[in-house]
Amino acid sequence: MTTGSLTAGRTRFRLPRKQIPVLATLALLLVMYGIGVSQYTAFSNVQVIFNVFIDNGFLLVVAVGMTFVILTGGIDLSVGSVVAMTAMVSAALLRDGMPPALVLVIALLIGPTLGLLMGCVIHFFEIQPFIVTLAGMFFARGMCTFISGASIPITDGFWTRMSQERIGDPQGNFVSISVLIAFVVVAIAAYALAYTRLGRNVYAIGGNPQSALLMGLPVGRTRIAVYTISGLCSAIGGILLSFYTLSGAPLIAVGMELDVIAAVVIGGTVLTGGAGYIFGTVLGVLVLGVIQTLITFDGSLNSWWTKIVIGSLLFAFILLQRLIGIRYK
Amino acid sequence: MNDTMGRYRTVIGHRLFWPAAVLIVMLAANTIYRPGFLSIEVKDGHLYGTPIDILRLSAPLILVALGMTLVISTGGIDLSVGSLCAISGAIACMYISKQPDQNSLGVVLTALAMALGVSLVLGAWNGVLVAVIGIQPIIATLILMVAGRGLAQLITEGQIITINSEPYRAIGLGHMLTLPLAIFIALAAALLVAAFTRRSALGMIIESVGGNAEASRLAGIRSGRIVFLVYVLSAGCAAIAGFMMTANVSSADGNAAGLWVELDAILAVVIGGTSLAGGRFFLSGTIIGALIIQTLTTSVYAMDISPQTSLLFKAVVVIAVCLIQAPAFRARFSRRRRNVPPPATTADKPKEQVPA
Repeated sequence: MTTGSLTAGRTRFRLPRKQIPVLATLALLLVMYGIGVSQYTAFSNVQVIFNVFIDNGFLLVVAVGMTFVILTGGIDLSVGSVVAMTAMVSAALLRDGMPPALVLVIALLIGPTLGLLMGCVIHFFEIQPFIVTLAGMFFARGMCTFISGASIPITDGFWTRMSQERIGDPQGNFVSISVLIAFVVVAIAAYALAYTRLGRNVYAIGGNPQSALLMGLPVGRTRIAVYTISGLCSAIGGILLSFYTLSGAPLIAVGMELDVIAAVVIGGTVLTGGAGYIFGTVLGVLVLGVIQTLITFDGSLNSWWTKIVIGSLLFAFILLQRLIGIRYK
Repeated sequence: MNDTMGRYRTVIGHRLFWPAAVLIVMLAANTIYRPGFLSIEVKDGHLYGTPIDILRLSAPLILVALGMTLVISTGGIDLSVGSLCAISGAIACMYISKQPDQNSLGVVLTALAMALGVSLVLGAWNGVLVAVIGIQPIIATLILMVAGRGLAQLITEGQIITINSEPYRAIGLGHMLTLPLAIFIALAAALLVAAFTRRSALGMIIESVGGNAEASRLAGIRSGRIVFLVYVLSAGCAAIAGFMMTANVSSADGNAAGLWVELDAILAVVIGGTSLAGGRFFLSGTIIGALIIQTLTTSVYAMDISPQTSLLFKAVVVIAVCLIQAPAFRARFSRRRRNVPPPATTADKPKEQVPA
C-alpha cells in the first residue's frame, strides 16, 4: 500500500491485485443473496444460509483438498469417485456388521492411500496429474460398482445419529454435525496453508516449481502430500455424504469433481497455481450453494439451469483471472 | 543372429507394435474364453458377429478420438466432446421429432446440418477461449463440459426425446455393402483427416504448434489459427459421433448421451502413442486405441460384469500405458536391466491385465 501511495496518488484506492478474485466472489455472493432476499421473503431466514452449509458440507471439505492440489498447479479428477467409493465402502462394511469406529478408520484410510499412490506416480514417473487422477477416477468408480451394483442403505445407529443430530440456536435455526466437521477441516486447512512450512511450500511450488527446487524446497514430498491431503479430504467428504444420504450408491457424486474445480476457481484460486485462499474456496462453495437455492426458490427454473449458470460463472471468473494476469505481467 | 535381432527390434520398436499386440492379445483371450467370439455370419445379406459389433460400436469413439488426437497434438485437451455429442444429438432429435414427416430425407438432413452448425459454433467458442484469450485448454473446455450438459437438457427440456425416423436411424444402425454404415462414416472421417494432415503440410504445422507454439509463431505459422481450427474440428467430429449415439437408440437423452466419452477418447489417443504433451500425433494409433477400448468394453460385458466395473479395467490400462510411455519410468527400468529393451520389460503389464 505504501508503494502505491508513493508512486501515484491516483491509484491510492487500487485494490490489492491478489485479492481481486476473492473480493469479486464476495461481491457476487452478496449480490446473489441480495437478489434472493428482495425476491423471496423467506430467503432472509438464517436457516436458508445454514441449509446451504448443510447441503454442501461435503462439497466444502472436498473443495478444500482440491485447493491444495490446484495451488501447486496440479489437478485431481478422482475426488468425486473417491467420495462415492468411501460412502460405498462404509455402507458395505456397516451392512456386514462391522463396528462403526472401525469402519470410519478404514474408510478414512482408503482415500489418502489412493491419493498417496497417485502422488507418487505423478512425481516419480513424471506423468501428468490430469491423466493419473483420471485413472484414479476410473479406478474408484469401478470399485464402487465392484462392491455393489445397487445402492446400499445405512441403518447403523452412529450414522443415523450423526445424520439427524441438530445443533441449533434458541431461534430454532440449526446445522448438522457435518457442517461442524467441515468447519474444522476448513480451519485446519486455512491454518496449514497460511502458517506452516507445508503451506509455504505449496505456494512456492505453484508459483514456480523450478525455483522451488533450486531453493531446496522438498518439491516431491510436497507434491505427493497435496494429493494425499486431497484424498483424505475426499474420504472425509465421502463420510459426510454418507451421513447426509444415509446410503452408499455406485453412481453418487458423478461429475462432482467439476463442481469442486468450479468452486475452487470461482473462489479465486488461480488454476496455474501459486495464488488463492481457503477462504475463497469457502466463498466459491457458497456461491454454488446460493445459485442452487435461488433456482429452488424460483421453482420455474429447472436443475439444468444450475449447470448453465455454473458454467457461465466459471467462464467469468477465469476471464477475470486472465485479465488480471495480463494487466500486471 | 544380429540381423534377426535387428529386425526383431525394428518390429518391437514400431510405434504401432504394442497397441496392435494388446488388441490381438485381447481378441485371442476373448476367443479362448468364448470360442464363438470371432465368428461372423451372414443374415439378411448383412454381416453379423461380435467383431462387426465392436467395429460398429467403436465408430463414435473413433470419430471423437480423431478430433481429440489433433487437439492433443497441439498440446491441448478437449473435455467438452461428451457434452457436444449430447447437444448435437439433442438438437437433431428435437428438430426431427417436431416435423410431421420424420422419415423425410430433407428433414433429417436439415436436422443434421443445424446440429452440426451449432456444434461448430461451440467448437469455435472453445477455440477462441484457448487461442485468442489464452486460457488453459483443460479449463476452457471444462466450461462447455459443465454448461453443455445443461444446454443439452435445456434443448430436450429434460426429457428423453424419442424419434421414429428411418433415415436418422440408418446413421447408427444402417448397412452399406453388407457392413454397418457407421463403420464407413468413421472410416471416411479418418481418411479425410489423414489426407488433410498427412498429404499436406497441415499435420506438420499442427505438430510444430504442439511442440512449441511460440517458436512456431515466430517461424511464421499462425499458431492461433491452427489451435482454433483443431477445436472446431474436434467439435465437428463430436457432433457426428453424437448423431451415431442417438441414432443407435433412436432417442436423445441430454443427461446420459456421450457421458464419459471424452475420457475414453483421451484414453484411445494415449494408447495410440500420441503424447499428452503434444508435438506428435498418430491417427492410426488412435484408431487402434479406440478399438482396444471398445473390445475391452465388449469383453467386460460378455463376462457379465457390469458396465461400470469396466472402468476398473480401463484404469489399469491407462496407468500401464502411461507408465510405458513415461521417459522417467523407462529410465528407471533401463538403469536396472540394461540388456533388455525398456518397452519389452514394462509392456507385459497390459497383456496380463486384459484377460483378467
